[in-house]
Amino acid sequence: MSGVRLLVGTRKGAFVLTSDGKRENWDISGPHFAGWEIYHLKGSPVDPNRIYASQSSGWFGQMIQRSEDGGKTWEAVGNEFVYDGVPGTHQWYDGTQHPWEFKRVWHIEPSLTDPDIAYAGAEDAALFRTADGGKTWQELPGLRGAKGNLWQPGAGGMCLHTILLDPNVAGRIFVAISAAGAFRSDDAGQTWRPINRGLKSEQIPDPTAEVGHCVHRIAMHASRPGILFMQKHWDVMRSENAGDSWNEVSGNLPTDFGFPIDVHAHEPDTIYVVPIKSDSEHYPPEGKLRVYRSRTGGNEWEALTKGLPQSDCYVNVLRDAMAVDSLDKCGVYFGTTGGQVYASADAGDTWNPIVRDLPAVLSVEAQTLS
Amino acid sequence: MIRVVLPFHLRKLARVDGEVQLDVEAPVTQRSVLDALEVRYPVLRGTIRDHVTQKRRAFVRFFACEQDLSHDPPDTPLPDAVAAGDESFVVLGAMAGG
Repeated sequence: MSGVRLLVGTRKGAFVLTSDGKRENWDISGPHFAGWEIYHLKGSPVDPNRIYASQSSGWFGQMIQRSEDGGKTWEAVGNEFVYDGVPGTHQWYDGTQHPWEFKRVWHIEPSLTDPDIAYAGAEDAALFRTADGGKTWQELPGLRGAKGNLWQPGAGGMCLHTILLDPNVAGRIFVAISAAGAFRSDDAGQTWRPINRGLKSEQIPDPTAEVGHCVHRIAMHASRPGILFMQKHWDVMRSENAGDSWNEVSGNLPTDFGFPIDVHAHEPDTIYVVPIKSDSEHYPPEGKLRVYRSRTGGNEWEALTKGLPQSDCYVNVLRDAMAVDSLDKCGVYFGTTGGQVYASADAGDTWNPIVRDLPAVLSVEAQTLS
Repeated sequence: MIRVVLPFHLRKLARVDGEVQLDVEAPVTQRSVLDALEVRYPVLRGTIRDHVTQKRRAFVRFFACEQDLSHDPPDTPLPDAVAAGDESFVVLGAMAGG
């Protein structure tokens, strides 16, 4: 019997939502780590019952939790994230240079092949790796060598929020950082280069600079990992060449500002975004919560509204708060800053809220269970 | 025996209820108490003071005998009443709300 498990991180704890393959009725467990910010949870593709969670607090710092039973019980593992060597400085809000300071882990990406290996994206931006199931973490400092002195924090902090592991090219990793841009390593994280050619950001002094772009999210389909999709601060972008260059595919979107972007599990040219009015008004245009779907890999978009509030809705959908399952039909899920988690069991045609009153949702991951 | 009161979230992390009691050799200081606490409960490393610098985290406070000891140097002896086990060494999260 197939099923789906959603891992939902919120401002005040983690929740695990489970359903059978029909995805009509859901069990909700949580809050786990009540009162803590849970930026992200993700299960190992190799062992789905092994789940990593990033737990943090303004008072007590960072903790990594690990579950071996699908989120029923948890064990605190490592929490020591120390930059390699002297980490140097990056751009600060006032134009001065500011030393790197670890604040939290935004995203955990378990290895595609080894449940003991995982990557953690940190604020201040850096990539860490564990090879012992989260007990110890080592930085991959080459990333900061990719012009890190020119990176700068966005309003949300200077965070490494996206990690994509290429399933076809050994050692290829993509990451995205606000506000630095997208970066690629072809040697398992030892060396990196910016991959921001084609991005244009009017919010930075040189709109086509090599680094400094506020990339909100990048996504790929496992069958075509060389094709990347990006939701930038403004603009939805597509790359045909593993990030070597990008073209805008915002097309007929009502606004091309937004945070998440994701790809249909079975249709690599079907992508989803949630347009947000502007960077000054972080809510849906006209108070209508609409997911937009493109079946052409961008440019041509259709609004998906059935089951979503079409008046007086002023929530946001954050960058890590959208996910898809791999059932047939593809399930699509997203969480809002208003605490709703919406599910579509038909690739976005219709939506239903699974739960309406959670704390602000920071992240949603979907696990398809067999 | 040194008595330590932990805040809710750290009690949950350490999986303890109520006060923690620690054997600490003299001199009894913030550093020696926290060292002993972290030996007993390794999960608390990094939650009260920074892993590397050992500085108190910004929003953690240390109280004892109705005094705020947060800004005392870490090797300052704690009050005699704490060293004698008559009073608790209180670790707490600074007030914040909104």
